[in-house]
Amino acid sequence: MASWPILSITTFLPIVGALFIMLLGGEDASVKRNARWVALWTTLVTLAVSLVLVWRFDPTSPEFQFVENKPWLADTIKYHMGVDGISLPFVILTTALMPICILASWRAIDRRVKEYMIAFLVLETLMVGTFCSLDLVLFYLFFEGGLIPMFLIIGVWGGPRRVYASFKFFLYTLLGSVLMLLAIVAMYGQAGTTDIPRLMHYAFAPELQKWAWLAFFASFAVKMPMWPVHTWLPDAHVEAPTAGSVILAAILLKMGGYGFLRFSLPMFPLASVDFAPLVFALSVIAIVYTSLVALAQEDMKKLIAYSSVAHMGFVTMGIFAVTTQGIAGGIFQMVSHGIVSGALFLSVGVVYDRMHTREIAAYGGLVNRMPLYAAAFMVFTLANVGLPGTSGFVGEFMTLIGTFRINPSVAFFATLGVILSAAYALWLYRKIIYGRLEKASLAAIRDIGPREMITLAPLVILTILLGVYPRPVLDMSAASVTALIDSYHHAIGGTKAALLGF
Amino acid sequence: MPDIVNLPSWQPILPELVLALGAMVLLMIGVTRGDRSTALVNWLAILLLIAAGVLVGLQPAGKIVAFNGSFVLDDYARFLKILAIAGSAIAILMSVEFLAAVGKQRFEYPVLIVLSTTGMLVLVSAGDLIALYLGMELMSLALYVIAAIDRDDVRSTEAGLKYFVLGALSSGMLLYGCSLIYGFTGTVGFAGIAKATTSGSIGLIFGLVFLFVGFCFKVSAVPFHMWTPDVYEGAPTPVTAFFSAAPKVAGIAVFVRAAVAAFPGIVTQWQQIVVFVAIASIALGSFAAIGQTNIKRLMAYSSIANMGYALIGLAAGTSDGVQSVLVYMAIYVAMTLGTFACILAMRRPEGPVEKISDLAGLARTNPGMAFFFAMMMFSLAGVPPLAGFFAKFYVFLAAIKAGLYALAVIGVVTSVVGAYYYLAIVKTMYFDDPVAGFAPMRPELRFVLGVTGLFVLLFFVYPAPLVDAAAAAAKSLF
Repeated sequence: MASWPILSITTFLPIVGALFIMLLGGEDASVKRNARWVALWTTLVTLAVSLVLVWRFDPTSPEFQFVENKPWLADTIKYHMGVDGISLPFVILTTALMPICILASWRAIDRRVKEYMIAFLVLETLMVGTFCSLDLVLFYLFFEGGLIPMFLIIGVWGGPRRVYASFKFFLYTLLGSVLMLLAIVAMYGQAGTTDIPRLMHYAFAPELQKWAWLAFFASFAVKMPMWPVHTWLPDAHVEAPTAGSVILAAILLKMGGYGFLRFSLPMFPLASVDFAPLVFALSVIAIVYTSLVALAQEDMKKLIAYSSVAHMGFVTMGIFAVTTQGIAGGIFQMVSHGIVSGALFLSVGVVYDRMHTREIAAYGGLVNRMPLYAAAFMVFTLANVGLPGTSGFVGEFMTLIGTFRINPSVAFFATLGVILSAAYALWLYRKIIYGRLEKASLAAIRDIGPREMITLAPLVILTILLGVYPRPVLDMSAASVTALIDSYHHAIGGTKAALLGF
Repeated sequence: MPDIVNLPSWQPILPELVLALGAMVLLMIGVTRGDRSTALVNWLAILLLIAAGVLVGLQPAGKIVAFNGSFVLDDYARFLKILAIAGSAIAILMSVEFLAAVGKQRFEYPVLIVLSTTGMLVLVSAGDLIALYLGMELMSLALYVIAAIDRDDVRSTEAGLKYFVLGALSSGMLLYGCSLIYGFTGTVGFAGIAKATTSGSIGLIFGLVFLFVGFCFKVSAVPFHMWTPDVYEGAPTPVTAFFSAAPKVAGIAVFVRAAVAAFPGIVTQWQQIVVFVAIASIALGSFAAIGQTNIKRLMAYSSIANMGYALIGLAAGTSDGVQSVLVYMAIYVAMTLGTFACILAMRRPEGPVEKISDLAGLARTNPGMAFFFAMMMFSLAGVPPLAGFFAKFYVFLAAIKAGLYALAVIGVVTSVVGAYYYLAIVKTMYFDDPVAGFAPMRPELRFVLGVTGLFVLLFFVYPAPLVDAAAAAAKSLF
């Protein structure tokens, strides 16, 4: 078992499932049914394999584990895979959310089901690969490759303005990424390798660090997304089908934060110090401004999309504080947001499937007809607010503490965002769930059925479980976070000493 | 005296001889048996090209200089010859349907392609300005005729005439450049020119510029690209498919060889020309393509932009740069031939169509073709993990290593603009509602699309053979 390339299996298993679906033929209805089941089983098996990763992972070691290293493109660019405490949580998040996404699309997608499932499975491979790759070129391949299936998912199965949204999504992200590609190329030219572990200990010249940091920032800031390059996100979210929104919010946005942790901090520590104030400023603006924007939304998905931008602001702020709490909190916040925002989009999908509108004004008093739904939605709303006892609290609180130690005023302003998030989230909840059921169109609305229960229940459990007992995630990443911070301070300290000595 | 290797002098040019003599034989068959023999001549021409390709592959490794330095056979030439032959052979294969149509059965067509390919092989191996000019004219004259092969069609005739007039002009400039270079260095051999040009005298630079103008015209680089959209649109589609692949390979090949082998002493002087041409080609190709509605015209602008990217590699002026050009051209040929296989399959019962809007909803009427077509488009846009990404990756790698940062930044940012119109085609196929479907794809097109499509899709799995071969080929130039 030890010799099995378990990371490659996790990564490429979905593609195998996609190939199976591609070969399906016969009657239309049976193809649809089979495509759904094959996709579900593929994602479940992938989840099982990824849980083996957790089971065999040694959380006390900051080293990359399950490493695979094979020659690939020239001598210096290798097929190098591995996970550490920073990437493993995201791998699990991806594999865990995929079956839920497939289930959420079970009835909602009735057109071109085969292609839809193929796109999702290919996307899963690319997302897992992004988090597992330990070579810059390999990383870029997975990172950018994800654009193709997501473009098609938004464009083919999306809402009325899907074409605009898909183009905006694609071109925004591509523009950020090609600049990163140049930085990757420049780093390759300088260091002669694209091996991530080696680059993490390569001291790049300060000038190159500055430009490369900015280029990576262009890519990750768009992906994250940070203010002011966040505008693609509400469009993409609103137009994407439910499961597309879930993946977008829960996984694709996390690639930005993951990128900061994997590349910006360890490879360009000096530039990170210089640009930290910029990140802080943008984060605070994102937190406060997009929270205010969220308050004014009339579309449920848009509101949640803006709240995502605000929550990602906490993540960037925590990461660039470069304290143990800040970074661990950032990772935790990303995992938590992956669960909570995914769940919120699923919840919107539940009522959207019934009423085919996302307008907040079209709802009201749902608690009368849908008590189970109201309960689940409340858990997610409170987690989105960051109420203690839910997973949302832990991440926000840790990033705030972590930042406060470095820059109290930034933390102060960011805390305002917590209050604002309570305002918009609770307002949304009150409008939709509470009150009397007055609208005639809602009179016959059904509560969630068994399939929806299966999709939402694990997320409810995880939200509360991680809120009460966050250690599984924190322990998993602790050693890697410590190592990251040590090497970061070492790099800065070394340079400072050198400057003083000079 | 250049180092003449002691070999029977015909052996290095065996593939060219086989092609030239074979073309004569094919011509005889055609003349004696008339247009009925078109299909036969067509398949024989493909076999002839395959035979020539095998001969190129069998030639001894290492550098052979023959005919007093006029003809150079090295890894670089072998790599590009095989590429050009493959492009020509596939183009003939894709013409089978066109030539089978009533009134279009012209046996001259495959013969002309074979002759043109012979010219390309000479061009790729040219070691002096005379061989260069001979090869280029043999290639181009055949191309002019092929563009007008559909002589009852106004657009085709116009394309041929336009191509001929502008091509003759560019040949004139090229010759003028050659004469200036000869005048200022006293030799026509690339090796001799290289020795004589340690510093760039103004007359020599003039000659260089005129020479480059001729090359730019052949590879349709801005500002000598004007013929491209009209010829691409006017020529019959199989001819356009041929134009977009093999002649471009030969053009880029001679451009790179002349620049690197004959003018290594004045890299800084020609580098700025190439940088300008590359940027202008990429920018014009990307922006002008946005407004196109005809897919052939769009592909013309796409090829202009692609030549711009390939020239980035030349602008680097290093061995890495040449390697990236070779990788780029190999992948470009696969992408463009695959795309044209799709365009050739755009046939309704009433005849071929070439509007982008005719592709609407193809994903539902013909999912397989739509899928491969979309992959070609994503690949041309340079999205990983498709082959087109690696092509751009190597080019930018070379540019950054050579310190051409501005060029690289402009190149990648413009590639996003280019991505827009490739995406627009994907959008038409996948997002729009279907219009009437196309006739089923013919087997030979299916074959071409399948092979190129799998190459583009799976290149990332095992890229080493192509990349290593390109590296070896590039080294042989330095």
